[in-house]
Amino acid sequence: MKNPFKHHEFLEKNSIILLIGIILTVLVGGIVEIIPLFRKETVIEPVKGVRPYTPLELAGYNIYIREGCYNCHSQQIRPLRDEVTRYGHYSLAAESMYDHPFQWGSKRTGPDLARVGGKYSDKWHVAHLIEPRDLVPESIMPSFGFLMNNGANLDMRPHLETLKIIGVPYSEDMIKNAEKDAKAQAIGEPRGDTTGLMERYGEKVNARDFDGQPNMISEMDALVAYLQVLGTMVDFEATKDVDPSTAETNMASKEE
Amino acid sequence: MTTETITKNQDVPDYNYEIVRMFVIATCFWGVVGMMAGVFIATQLAFPDLNVEPYLNFGRLRPLHTSAVIFAFGGNALFATSYYVVQRTCRARLWGGDGLAKFTFWGYQAFIVIAAVGYVLGVTQGKEYAEPEWYADLWLTIVWVVYLLIFMMTVINRKEPHLYVANWFYLAFIITVAVLHLGNNVIIPVEWLGAKSYSVPSGVQSAMIQWWYGHNAVGFFLTAGFLGMMYYFVPKRAERPVYSYRLSIVHFWSLIFIYIWAGPHHLYYTALPDWAQTLGMTFSIMLWMPSWGGMINGIMTLSGAWEKLRKDPVIQFMVVALAFYGMSTFEGPLMAIRAVNSLSHYTDWTVGHVHSGALGWVGFITFGALYYLVPKLWGREEVYSLKLVSLHLWVASLGIVFYISSMWVSGIMQGLMWRSYDDLGFLNYSFVESVVAMHPFYVIRALGGLLYLSGALIMCYNFYRTIRGDVAVGEVDKDGNPRQPRNASQEGDAALKPAE
Ligand code: HEC
Ligand code: HEM
Ligand code: HEM
Repeated sequence: MKNPFKHHEFLEKNSIILLIGIILTVLVGGIVEIIPLFRKETVIEPVKGVRPYTPLELAGYNIYIREGCYNCHSQQIRPLRDEVTRYGHYSLAAESMYDHPFQWGSKRTGPDLARVGGKYSDKWHVAHLIEPRDLVPESIMPSFGFLMNNGANLDMRPHLETLKIIGVPYSEDMIKNAEKDAKAQAIGEPRGDTTGLMERYGEKVNARDFDGQPNMISEMDALVAYLQVLGTMVDFEATKDVDPSTAETNMASKEE
Repeated sequence: MTTETITKNQDVPDYNYEIVRMFVIATCFWGVVGMMAGVFIATQLAFPDLNVEPYLNFGRLRPLHTSAVIFAFGGNALFATSYYVVQRTCRARLWGGDGLAKFTFWGYQAFIVIAAVGYVLGVTQGKEYAEPEWYADLWLTIVWVVYLLIFMMTVINRKEPHLYVANWFYLAFIITVAVLHLGNNVIIPVEWLGAKSYSVPSGVQSAMIQWWYGHNAVGFFLTAGFLGMMYYFVPKRAERPVYSYRLSIVHFWSLIFIYIWAGPHHLYYTALPDWAQTLGMTFSIMLWMPSWGGMINGIMTLSGAWEKLRKDPVIQFMVVALAFYGMSTFEGPLMAIRAVNSLSHYTDWTVGHVHSGALGWVGFITFGALYYLVPKLWGREEVYSLKLVSLHLWVASLGIVFYISSMWVSGIMQGLMWRSYDDLGFLNYSFVESVVAMHPFYVIRALGGLLYLSGALIMCYNFYRTIRGDVAVGEVDKDGNPRQPRNASQEGDAALKPAE
């Protein structure tokens, strides 16, 4: 080969071949990195407790996206010592497997929320979302008071149906009762009847009047229901616990 | 010679400059809008009272900023220059007639407006740089296919046997963005009459696909496309051939091959499997080489004409752009080392890196190309005032220095504060203490942004005067000769326009 660049002339003179060459060149990396991930059993560790969102939580997830909370908050705790101390057990692949799409984020203007569920009371969340600076004077988070006045979307049946098509295991029963379950969860006992909800989604489901406005099921109810379930699903008793001192080298994907 | 005799000359094809002019104006308009949004959200992070719920909250405006600067400012600049370059270097008028080209113009502006209105109203997919919902995506797909068709057919109709290197880059940009757009938007709407959709992949899979897309939006939109711009406008303005033809071949193919693999560097230490992270790291570090290949090829194009660098502020813009390109593509591989990323990820360091590429490289190479292009398109010898170009350069450079140095300090500080322990093994700082520590840097960043925006406004004023036909008499031109008031005989390129 005297001058390997000589052959490039061919591409420069045949633009269709050049175009095809470009397409082939750029496809390789994506194919190698993405396709194997769809063998989910090699990617998502088997853990107990992760379930699809209830209709009310799903409505909250949608509000979380709509308001762009992901622009300031991550939901992915890395297996690094300080993150595990600050936020709790590092995030597992299974914990976001029903998020269409994932909410891992890329920027922590505010703290990670992957395990914020159960960390604060509903009252705290509601007051904080209405005016963050009332509770944390130095906060730079925007206020979301309007969520109190917007009725939540309770007509979640089409959403569950859509998600079922793309693989979220919602049962017929869950789909049929979507609206009823959403209401029951936002009202809670004793004013509402949560037996069906608990049967379908488990005893651990939080069902109560999240926003403290008994007369209305607001977007605040939905968002707080979502925040309160974040990171609480996995049953860590049944999963081997992480030792924070070795966490740095211990990738989430390696845990069995 | 009169206009008529020249337009009848067979050697000078009758190019469609009208469409280029339209895209140039759109570039300036959206640039200012996007930078204003940037300054506004930067100020919100320093003074949260500026959030006006619900429509003007940070969470809704941040995607507005990123889309406005990347897709509206950057996108229109790429349309403008690619349409100009492909015609000039192929010696062929844009294929498909003026109507089809206008369709891409109005179609693209409509996409921008539809997406932007959506963000403010809270309609978003929630994936960075791919926020527009399914209906906007469908519309963009149509516009983009037409764009590809126009570009490709013009190339096929060319009267030059060889396809000039700038066009390889534009072609790679157009086709790969199409692939990425389709790949990352496999979504299913909840109702055909509603805006909401769900992404078909979830969790880990959606994360990998999103950052395959996200990183290559950087690689092909913000890099390959603008390298195409660089490969035409730097040699043109410097009046020198590209430094090395061989280098352009090697770095073109290695760049587009390697870029695609680097997506996982956005997902270190996450639930993404180890092997994918390792691949991402390896290729990200390799990416340094082809990136610098492009920078060297651009800067060395000036060899033998270094005195132009001293005299011509337009060349200065281009060279500073290449320097920032070199800097951000050195910083990128550094941040792609897992140990470094464990500190930089989630912090303002990333934001600093983004803007050294965005303001320094994307912004400056665009400004340089526009300063070359606007006089040509409107039949003027030179822009109204080169002194104002110089002023723009200095104001904007100062703005960048403010922006990226404040973000380096705040980013590294954030990272160190989060991982700092006291002697007893407790975390030293609560999260909100790190928020407080960021405040002064957020103020400096906002000031930097304001400077950068002022520079862009100076440019718009300069263009306005250029288009009106004014000349800053008393200044010297890029070769050091005193500038004369305009008179018809000087307007060489005006004659190349089709007679109107
Ligand atoms: C401008 C960026 C920003 C946006 C947008 C934002 N936040 Fe925050 N968030 C913060 C900051 C900064 C803090 C830390 C100070 C504080 O507690 O207010 C915080 C704290 C929080 C906390 C307390 C976490 C803890 O562990 O103490 C929760 C919960 C929260 N945000 C939820 C939300 C939700 C839900 C949204 C969207 C509706 C949202 N945030 C949008 C910046 C933001
Ligand atoms: C006047 C100039 C600008 C200012 C003041 C500005 C300000 C900002 C701010 C405040 C953010 C949010 C950072 C955060 O969340 O902490 C941001 C994000 C971003 N900006 Fe700009 N910006 C400017 C110009 C540009 C330009 C010209 C581009 C691109 C060509 C750009 C691209 C981006 C991108 C890609 C992000 C997202 C970064 C990430 O996710 O890490 N910006 N900008
Ligand atoms: C060799 C080239 C480059 C490499 C290897 C590289 C690498 C990286 C890395 C490691 C990150 C941090 C990811 C994270 O921790 O979340 C990042 C973020 C980013 N880079 Fe680069 N970079 C390169 C060049 C560029 C250039 C030239 C630009 C732009 C114009 C750019 C734009 C961005 C953007 C927009 C992000 C932020 C993404 C987000 O989180 O939203 N990069 N890059």
